[in-house]
Amino acid sequence: MGAFQRHRRSGAVIATFSGFEADLLRSLASQLVELLHSEAAVPEDRDPFEALMDFTGPTTEPEDPVLRRLFPTAYVDDEEAAAEFRRFTEGTLRDGKARAAGTIIDVLEDAGLPAELTEDGLVIDVEMDQPTAQTWLRSFTDLRLALATRLGIEDGDEERWYALPDDDPRSQAHDIYEWVGYLQETLVGALSR
Amino acid sequence: MGDVSAPSPVEVEPTLDDLTEESFLVRPATPWVTIVWNDPVNLMSYVTYVFQQHFGYPRKKAEKLMMEVHEDGRSVVSSGSREEMERDVQAMHEYGLWATMQREDQP
Repeated sequence: MGAFQRHRRSGAVIATFSGFEADLLRSLASQLVELLHSEAAVPEDRDPFEALMDFTGPTTEPEDPVLRRLFPTAYVDDEEAAAEFRRFTEGTLRDGKARAAGTIIDVLEDAGLPAELTEDGLVIDVEMDQPTAQTWLRSFTDLRLALATRLGIEDGDEERWYALPDDDPRSQAHDIYEWVGYLQETLVGALSR
Repeated sequence: MGDVSAPSPVEVEPTLDDLTEESFLVRPATPWVTIVWNDPVNLMSYVTYVFQQHFGYPRKKAEKLMMEVHEDGRSVVSSGSREEMERDVQAMHEYGLWATMQREDQP
């Protein structure tokens, strides 16, 4: 279960998840939404009136390493230009990424995922048009970047993860990271056809 | 879609002034470039897909740029005005790729 396919006639992107898998995806997406809203995009320690009159965004890198990876510094050697770029883009990017993760949650719940998963053997069939599938694709990247940053994934470090005992929480988190990667690979395939 | 911009031809009757003066009208300012950097997370297929989707590059070119990112650690994926590059960098960040911008002649 879980691989994405393109429906030959309708062009819709389809996948079937177990209740457990759907619940796991929802949980990851919810955590991402929470993280995206966790650090105020505008510093809070300033004059309230000034804050109200300023509709623009932050100028410095976020503290959380995941957010730093999601919103990289655009100008390497020009702090001022980097700050300006961040001011005008980070808020929009945060909203877009939070909305994309929200789309995953909405699609799963519309497909029958209950608020609390109690039933065994539940099967969730999702069917999406291409723009919605592209939104999932982007959000899968954000989820994988978040998991990878927390785990400290590096190039060519697979052996390190496979050597961990099964009951190590990092081993489980790495399994989830790989699973989302597998889903994303099949989704790229379905969209590239 | 963000085509790589080239200076648009400016059609004016050539005058003696234009011919004698260095023709600044058709000379582009130092272009800016968007650079995508390698990361251990993004799938090769996804990076190729993003280059096709956002820049409208044919599959071959998108794959070549992806391989540069993968093997050389970075690749210049577009060039143009500063404003265009800011849009490209923002789009790459939207897709979760690690992108920066700089002047073309900057090391």
